[in-house]
Amino acid sequence: MTAPLLETRALCRNFGALAAARDIDFRLEAGARHALIGPNGAGKTTFVNLLTGVLQPTTGAVLLKGRDITSAAQAERVKLGIARTFQINRLFRRLSVLENVYLAVAERLGAAPSMFRPAGRRRDVVDESMHLLDTLKLGGDAGRAIAELPYGRQRLVELAIALGLSPEVLLLDEPAAGVPSAESHIILDAVASLPAHIGVLIIDHDMDLVFRFAERITVLVSGAVFATGSPREIGANPDVRAVYLGRAGHG
Amino acid sequence: MTPSGARWADHPAAVALAGRHRPRAWEPIPWVLALAFYFVFPKYLGFGTELLITILFAISLDLVLGYAGIVTLGQAAFFGAGAYTVGILAKRGIWNEPLTGLILAALVAAAVGLGSGLVLLRTGGLTLLMLTLCTMALLEEAANLAHEYTGGFDGLDSLPIAPLFGVFEFNPLYPKTQYLYVLSVLFVCFLFVRTLVYSPFGQSLTGIRENTLRMHAVGAPVRGRLVLCYALSAAIAGVAGGIWAQANAYVNLGTLGLDRAATVLIILVLGGYGRLYGAFVGAVAYMALSHFLSKVYPTAWQLGLGLLLVVIALFARNGILGIAEAAARRLRVRRAPS
Repeated sequence: MTAPLLETRALCRNFGALAAARDIDFRLEAGARHALIGPNGAGKTTFVNLLTGVLQPTTGAVLLKGRDITSAAQAERVKLGIARTFQINRLFRRLSVLENVYLAVAERLGAAPSMFRPAGRRRDVVDESMHLLDTLKLGGDAGRAIAELPYGRQRLVELAIALGLSPEVLLLDEPAAGVPSAESHIILDAVASLPAHIGVLIIDHDMDLVFRFAERITVLVSGAVFATGSPREIGANPDVRAVYLGRAGHG
Repeated sequence: MTPSGARWADHPAAVALAGRHRPRAWEPIPWVLALAFYFVFPKYLGFGTELLITILFAISLDLVLGYAGIVTLGQAAFFGAGAYTVGILAKRGIWNEPLTGLILAALVAAAVGLGSGLVLLRTGGLTLLMLTLCTMALLEEAANLAHEYTGGFDGLDSLPIAPLFGVFEFNPLYPKTQYLYVLSVLFVCFLFVRTLVYSPFGQSLTGIRENTLRMHAVGAPVRGRLVLCYALSAAIAGVAGGIWAQANAYVNLGTLGLDRAATVLIILVLGGYGRLYGAFVGAVAYMALSHFLSKVYPTAWQLGLGLLLVVIALFARNGILGIAEAAARRLRVRRAPS
């Protein structure tokens, strides 16, 4: 059996006496549509930070395609193909939509260190950024500043920046958080039409989104994996319903 | 990657990005004015030279503060490093050719910037601000103590600077050579910074200023970029300091002082930071204001300057250029009502 796309082995992270991640064994396959759910304080964000290299684990390992990347820094992991979006928008608010995506694409294509050429003359970077915006139906907004966009479209720019890194692993931290319900369909459509080869891990509270999107669900409770299975299995699991779904009221 | 890539070049956003580095119609104005000054005010060329050097120094600060968002109060450390490089080499009879002297000044200042930047830029905010101040104070005290080399508190005077290209003498009473020399160096350094801020590197500095966390998340080596920018800015400040020492034929502890560092910060805030030309507008406004205020109220003219700064900080965060930009925008909206 080949190694999974992304794997963690007995991953632990302690903050003082608090174990925010406990012995997490997790596998994300290539092309997977995987969801990570759990009540508030379950350690979802800690887990994402451990995957992206923002945090170092206390013990345990993170592997990308079988290669140990536990000690790789954040920037290095991005180069290896792990990208993320943020729960709260982290955009370059005073720059245009195109410039936002340009920054990500320029890093990936190695254009960013270049000092003596106007940024707009890097046609490869501009073309790819525009192409990406077009596929997300953001082409018409390319010239506008982020601050002028409605919140839902700002969330799409979050996604565009992450996709600009051409990731193999994409971590979506509550992609539709804060989006008014009238706009949320554009996020859902965009998530549904992500390139098939990318392994996507979506971290969310929104059960509609999770059950619509995910082929596999991992439930995290108190920093540990509580259950893993198909949406049907998770939905039918009485323990999961007790700790989590019961309160969310999902049928 | 993109099957029909060429068509994106026509998109308005792509056109705007591809064209933003092109010179604007008004951009020759400051340079024409600077040249005109040479012919119209031959008696004030000493003042003009000082003004041009201040602009050059302010541009170096704009690169770190306005573009990369590094808040520093210690920019004079590099000005002084450049000035003492020129001063010590000339005084000891080691090197006194002006142009290569400036290159040496830039290299020494860049080395100081690189060394201190590697340590300082691990921090941010108030800590960084204090550490830049400390670095400068340490250098100033070192220059004070190393009396044998630096002349200590008295500094080094009557520096024997060689004629430019072996022909044009630096005459302290009629600083014609100095003025044109400084103007040319300013132009070259300005072009360098201008190219830099519109490049992908400059774009990534803007990204770091706007959202450091996100730049980490797109895989940018944030600290490396900042250190490089800090060292480049230090090199330009070093050129400003070196040329100041050459033009005045002396160097003293004031080149490393807080006074100089604070003044250049005030100038940049006054003119508008992150705008390249804020340095020009700010320096002219500062010099004109201090001249005017010290005539009106010789004993406490800095009070007026302080009050003006308070007003700028409260109501016009983007300085004089920011006010002008807002006015121009409003005019454009009124002209094209749609």
